[in-house]
Amino acid sequence: MNFPKDLKYSKSHEWVKQEGTQILVGLTDYAQDALGDLVFVNLPEPGDALRAGEALGDVESVKAVSDIISPVDGTVAEINETLLDAPETINQSPYEAWLIRVKDIFSEEDLMNAEEYESFCAAQT
Amino acid sequence: MGSYVPNTKKEQEEMLRAAGFSSFDRLYDDIPADVRLNRELKLPSGLSEMEVRSSLEETGKKNHVFPHIFRGAGAYRHYIPAFVKSTVSKEAFVTAYTPYQAEISQGLLQSIFEYQTMICSLTGMDVSNASVYDGAAAAAEAVAMCRERKRDTVYVSAAVQPQALSVIRTYCAGNGIKLVLVQEKDGRTDLEALDALPEEAFACFYVQQPNFYGCLEDCSAIARIVHNKGGKLILGCNPISLGILKSPGDYGADIAVGEGQPLGMPLSFGGPYLGFMAARKELMRRLPGRIVGQTADIDGKRGFVLTLQAREQHIRREKASSNICSNQALCAMTAAAYLAVMGARGLARAAESCMAKAHYLQEQLENAGCRRVHQGPYFHEFVTVCPPGLSSPQILKALEKQDFLGGLPLDDSRILWCATEMNTKTEIDQLVQIIKEVAEA
Amino acid sequence: MKLIFELGTDGQGTDLLPECDVPKADPGPFARSSAVRLPQVSEVELSRHYAALARRAHGVSDGFYPLGSCTMKYSPKINEELASMREFTGIHPLQPEDSVQGCLEVLARCETMLCEITGMDSMSFQPAAGAHGEFTGLLLIRAYHKSRGDEQRRKIIVPDSAHGTNPASAAMAGYEVVNLPSGPDGCVDLDALKQAADEKTAGLMLTNPNTVGLFDRNILDITKIIHDAGGLCYYDGANMNAIMGIARPGDMGFDIVHLNLHKTFSTPHGGGGPGSGPVGCKASLSRFLPGFLPNPCGSRYSLKRPPNSIGDVKAFYGNFLVVLKAYAYLLELGKEGIPEAARNAVLNANYMMSLLKGHFQAAYDRPCMHEFVITLEQEKKTSGISAADIAKALLDHGIHPPTMYFPLIVQEALMIEPTETEPRETLEEAAKVMNQILDEAQKEPSTIHLQPLHTPVRRLDEVAAARRPIVCYEYPQE
Repeated sequence: MNFPKDLKYSKSHEWVKQEGTQILVGLTDYAQDALGDLVFVNLPEPGDALRAGEALGDVESVKAVSDIISPVDGTVAEINETLLDAPETINQSPYEAWLIRVKDIFSEEDLMNAEEYESFCAAQT
Repeated sequence: MGSYVPNTKKEQEEMLRAAGFSSFDRLYDDIPADVRLNRELKLPSGLSEMEVRSSLEETGKKNHVFPHIFRGAGAYRHYIPAFVKSTVSKEAFVTAYTPYQAEISQGLLQSIFEYQTMICSLTGMDVSNASVYDGAAAAAEAVAMCRERKRDTVYVSAAVQPQALSVIRTYCAGNGIKLVLVQEKDGRTDLEALDALPEEAFACFYVQQPNFYGCLEDCSAIARIVHNKGGKLILGCNPISLGILKSPGDYGADIAVGEGQPLGMPLSFGGPYLGFMAARKELMRRLPGRIVGQTADIDGKRGFVLTLQAREQHIRREKASSNICSNQALCAMTAAAYLAVMGARGLARAAESCMAKAHYLQEQLENAGCRRVHQGPYFHEFVTVCPPGLSSPQILKALEKQDFLGGLPLDDSRILWCATEMNTKTEIDQLVQIIKEVAEA
Repeated sequence: MKLIFELGTDGQGTDLLPECDVPKADPGPFARSSAVRLPQVSEVELSRHYAALARRAHGVSDGFYPLGSCTMKYSPKINEELASMREFTGIHPLQPEDSVQGCLEVLARCETMLCEITGMDSMSFQPAAGAHGEFTGLLLIRAYHKSRGDEQRRKIIVPDSAHGTNPASAAMAGYEVVNLPSGPDGCVDLDALKQAADEKTAGLMLTNPNTVGLFDRNILDITKIIHDAGGLCYYDGANMNAIMGIARPGDMGFDIVHLNLHKTFSTPHGGGGPGSGPVGCKASLSRFLPGFLPNPCGSRYSLKRPPNSIGDVKAFYGNFLVVLKAYAYLLELGKEGIPEAARNAVLNANYMMSLLKGHFQAAYDRPCMHEFVITLEQEKKTSGISAADIAKALLDHGIHPPTMYFPLIVQEALMIEPTETEPRETLEEAAKVMNQILDEAQKEPSTIHLQPLHTPVRRLDEVAAARRPIVCYEYPQE
């Protein structure tokens, strides 16, 4: 299981990468492993408002669907359209397969660093 | 007489004891005394198979089967090939549940995949689901597919079949979609009225080809107008007509729906029928209900499974786009068997005959003084107005006396007629003769 | 095997219709530019094709089918025969009333009998399936509150053990769904229900016996809590087979009921439908029912739309021939056979549960109704044997597996419903097979993941099917 040091993490297993004033959001290695083979991703549209703690979209495996929870209040700047045709990228390289880019962020959930998140995951099982 | 329970009383007693119960009553210990039905059901005693048969034969006699039918309006009498019935009455098909266990359900899954493919060929669409309840429910489900956050108004042509409109209305009342009727003009959708609608909130437009009055709509123009407004076009179509007429795909429709009953299903007092639904590829994930997909097993052998299930109610629950679970699978198989045995040539001949007989009927009725109400082209249905001094009930009663089920009375003076390949020239001539006689009397 | 599109050649097939005996009509600009692409296969090849498909299907006629929550009982053959009588199949739905009195009699009598069994006052047969009935029932709830000017009731309470159709139907009817967590006994947690029920509650959807196969003993308290809060109680009839003739939803405090005629009342399921999901209700709600109902009017029946009807949920009068089969079934069983069937359904389930004891862990270790749930949670943890593994292994033994992974409140669930029409030997044989499968898998866990070995295809790649959907045959390019 991989926990890159340069990222921050939410309790609902999203990762956040700061890029200037914007952030990228993705699903963690732990999340993709628990969800199994993903077959589809439902993403919001650019311009949609996000609220921290609320679902911004969802991911589907063959027999389940799981919400993706927004870690911030902000606005969707861009979505990773390549995932729509290749959701397996999330399974293959979760930290490259960003889901959305967020701009105009005005508040953020308390996020964990890599170390904290690793022990959080360890405590889950 | 009897409940088809195979175990003898003695066996039942032994099983009870083996499972740890002293009596049948103890099985129901969890049901509190105050909700138990502590009496016999007020029903008749059970009957033997022989008695049930004669009872239903008696009931059946209270129906009248018309040998000559000239009524459609949403339910059509067509020739049903012998092959169809013998195929779909195979016990393994009849007594199976939904194919959840793909490894032992390849027969059903493959048959649905074949059905989906035939519906796509027929409608000119990319993807089809495994069926819904009927044509009206298919229209209502299609409307729900088109709802988007900023587009929540659906427009429906006033020239669609009333039952379809009624079901769409009920579904819309449920999910809060606004429904607006677009008026008709001379039996077809008023294109000017359609064009004048606001773009804002325009989700989709539903129209039928042919429509309720049998008229053929200018679907190319309709598609242009609807797409210019950013909306989707849902085209309801008669599957037999597609043997010779342009398909929804040819017109650029986004979703094709229809009543599949003409494809091998008897009239049966309105059901079971078949709702078919097909769409452009982009809308695949919005289709409700079961969809069968092709894949391979662990040895690489081709096989079929229920796919895209994460859209559905058993996984998505309240977030599912539809609640449909059971559909009309055996009716879908009926349609596939019908299309397979008829083939393209047979379907075209059925469609040609329907259209030809309807036109012959219309000409002959015109001679008898029943003028057609509308001007434009039509397929196998059309509306006439009764000659002066005669009313719809008078004409229809006279026909019924001679064992003819005439067209559907729309009001006191207008009748919606239908002819199919089942109606012979002789029969049509007889019908017209009866009307002439009433007119003269 | 080949697809139908891979058989035959251009020009094959028999002409089944005569030449047209009147002049052709020209569709002009409406004509399609090329023929529809359909199979061109001789009738003999078609016949063999469908025979091969039938061999690759498993119906109740092929073997034991303990698919929980689906009530796969035997469907008497006589019912099929009666439903193919010309006197019923040849009737146009828009014929004059006088000429359809037989059909109306079937609907009216079937309504009377099913109302007696459920404790309801009237019933509409328009809904075509269970989920369709649920949607209809919820619209009745909406119409009721609306008629009282009580439109702030926006919430429907649904236990987390419910079928997915319940919350999906509630959402379709415009309601917000409140998921109610079940208690440790799998039943409704009364305190949680009291918390949830308030002036915003439109109603509760419940099945009793519930989805873990237990009768909720607190049922009168449950319906009272909802009624006291001003809501209505909706009964999901999926599990009616356990209690017909024994207890009635109407006496438990339910206001609306749907039945699955294709489960409880023996009409076969046809590989996914057509079913029939009639909705019954108490007299106070009858005026909202959909469609047209047959009213006795002297010695005949006439069709009437209830005065404040919610409209139509389907064209015409529902899946009429399915209703006809259920009616024939009711006549066959009568007042004696109906409770007898229910008692034996419960007996068979308890007997089968007792045969699995010591091998499989029951999710709730107490007597069940018509079905019970076992859990492989422990086996999954210790040896990696899942519910799906047991199910797939059963396929090689000609037994249709139980329902898997439902209800969601039980981990690694298998839900077993033998029904009353299975003989004792079948139950014993199936239990023996299941116990053996588990024992062998525990000795050698790796082998079970490879099963089945002898089915027409083996485990299929569902992930690939969903990622790159192929849902339509593509003809080879010419």
